[in-house]
Amino acid sequence: MRLQNFWISTVGLALAASMVACGGSKETSSTSATPESPAGTAAGQKVDAATAGNVTGTVTVDGAVPKNEAIKMNADPACMKANKDPQFQETYMVGSDGKSLGNVFVYVKDGLGNYVFDAPTETAKIDQQNCRYHPHVFGMRVGQKLEIVNSDPTMHNIHAMPKTNSEFNTAEPMPMKTEHVFNTKEVMVPFKCDVHGWMNAYVGVMDNPYYAVTDKDGKFELKSLPPGTYTIEAWHEKLGVTSQSVTLGAKETKDVTFTFKPVGASATN
Amino acid sequence: MLHRFATFVAGCTILLVLAGSLVTSTASGLSVPDWPTTYGWNMFTFPPQHWVGGILYEHSHRLIASTVGFLTIILAAWLWRADPRRWMKWLGVAALGAVVAQGVLGGITVLFFLPAAISTAHAGLAEIFFCITVAIALFTSPGWIRGDSAVKVDDRVLRNVATATTILIFAQILIGATMRHTGAGLAIPDFPLMFGHLMPTHWDPKIAIHFAHRVGALVVTLAAIATSAHVFYHHRGRRELTRPAALILGLVGLQVTLGALTVLSRRDVSINSAHVVVGALVLATSLVVTLRSWRARFPQGVGNLLQNLPHRRQVLQKVPNTQVYP
Repeated sequence: MRLQNFWISTVGLALAASMVACGGSKETSSTSATPESPAGTAAGQKVDAATAGNVTGTVTVDGAVPKNEAIKMNADPACMKANKDPQFQETYMVGSDGKSLGNVFVYVKDGLGNYVFDAPTETAKIDQQNCRYHPHVFGMRVGQKLEIVNSDPTMHNIHAMPKTNSEFNTAEPMPMKTEHVFNTKEVMVPFKCDVHGWMNAYVGVMDNPYYAVTDKDGKFELKSLPPGTYTIEAWHEKLGVTSQSVTLGAKETKDVTFTFKPVGASATN
Repeated sequence: MLHRFATFVAGCTILLVLAGSLVTSTASGLSVPDWPTTYGWNMFTFPPQHWVGGILYEHSHRLIASTVGFLTIILAAWLWRADPRRWMKWLGVAALGAVVAQGVLGGITVLFFLPAAISTAHAGLAEIFFCITVAIALFTSPGWIRGDSAVKVDDRVLRNVATATTILIFAQILIGATMRHTGAGLAIPDFPLMFGHLMPTHWDPKIAIHFAHRVGALVVTLAAIATSAHVFYHHRGRRELTRPAALILGLVGLQVTLGALTVLSRRDVSINSAHVVVGALVLATSLVVTLRSWRARFPQGVGNLLQNLPHRRQVLQKVPNTQVYP
């Protein structure tokens, strides 16, 4: 009898837990719903190039950022040979003006409604060269092929640590070319090389083509956006995220600025 | 000879623990993504020129582990063939089973990207295997076979306090391994205070694990002091007890210092790795005291066992009541 009560209690608790879990996810999806979908976007509608506009902008940092950490590459003679100068992490890519911030991933987080987009035909690429990942930050699409290349005369492994996609860790003997596809949208997926602990990179896996990475002058451009109101987010590997709402009219180009505050303050825009 | 070989295996095992701690301290656990192969090579033919960066640590760990596994096969076979004590034969088999399971756990944790539960189990089983090798070395030693401790030491209090200390040390090592494999090593970044206070000012799971390890260190220190104090007070003339009792005090002091330095140095690789090794030595030393405190409860006879000892004549002269082994 006791055993029976135990099983009834266990099953009951499990059912209650699963109901709570389901309720939780429903609530989450409703709170993160698109603020406002573009008018007239029927399911599966394609973007009309005749009315599309652009969002351009700059990402800046307001305040002093820490110095990039020095890297010791003496664990691998091939890395030492390829990098004779002092080496540093690529965490903060600040422009000569001391404000503009590179390597920031900017993307349309919300507002695209039911637009559909052609699957990309080109292949995204990340190269392990001179014991660094090139590029350090980049974007690609769900379902797009990612070509992973080892151009170095040494061993690497590429270890992706996503939260929603599947984790993978691939041996990259030299020379080597492998491919991978991400099946779910995820911003961002970190990569690391466990052989060379300083090597890291980040990829934003998107379900739309509206994303960019800021250049060394902090500039970015999101092209051919249909008219509508969007939440645009800027992501930096250490400074976190900041977002703002942008309303774009037909054939309009909007210029926006994102500003990160590095110490003790949240980002502003 | 068997005792010497068993001691050698235990020594190789502590070297293996060091290699494993270097793997985690350098975050090299996934630098060789495949297992049991190494970048597609048979692990024994992987060219040395490719042992770079994290591969050096992970691949060395695998090779040392393979060597210890091979030595354990020999040890188990030797015990099975030469030791007349049935339970010793099975202890050899247990050692072999533990080292095989340990290898499989190591492989699984690599293939599943170091899940904390499996990595912690890998660390825990490493300590158990090390303890088995130490126990085998002790059980095959002339002093154990003569029953030195059994003659004069039959102290229930010592048995209780020493056993409790060993269990507490093992529990503390498991908490430490959990801390290590959940990335909680610097969850409390200062020492001896915690966020500038005597108690953490805020909590999350990592802080709780880290805090538990610090409390555990205090408990283990007190337990080790209690064991050693009891030995020095009640068994001052028994060197087989006073020596490990003194050693454990020194090792615990060193271990607490290394733990503090691990935090203060922001997990310096050498200090962090030494902390793991000294932890294993503390456990082994406590185990020796514990087993010797239980010696009176083991069979007293030596009989055929002495036939396997090269110096059996000297041993026999020291054994007061020689009996034939059951």
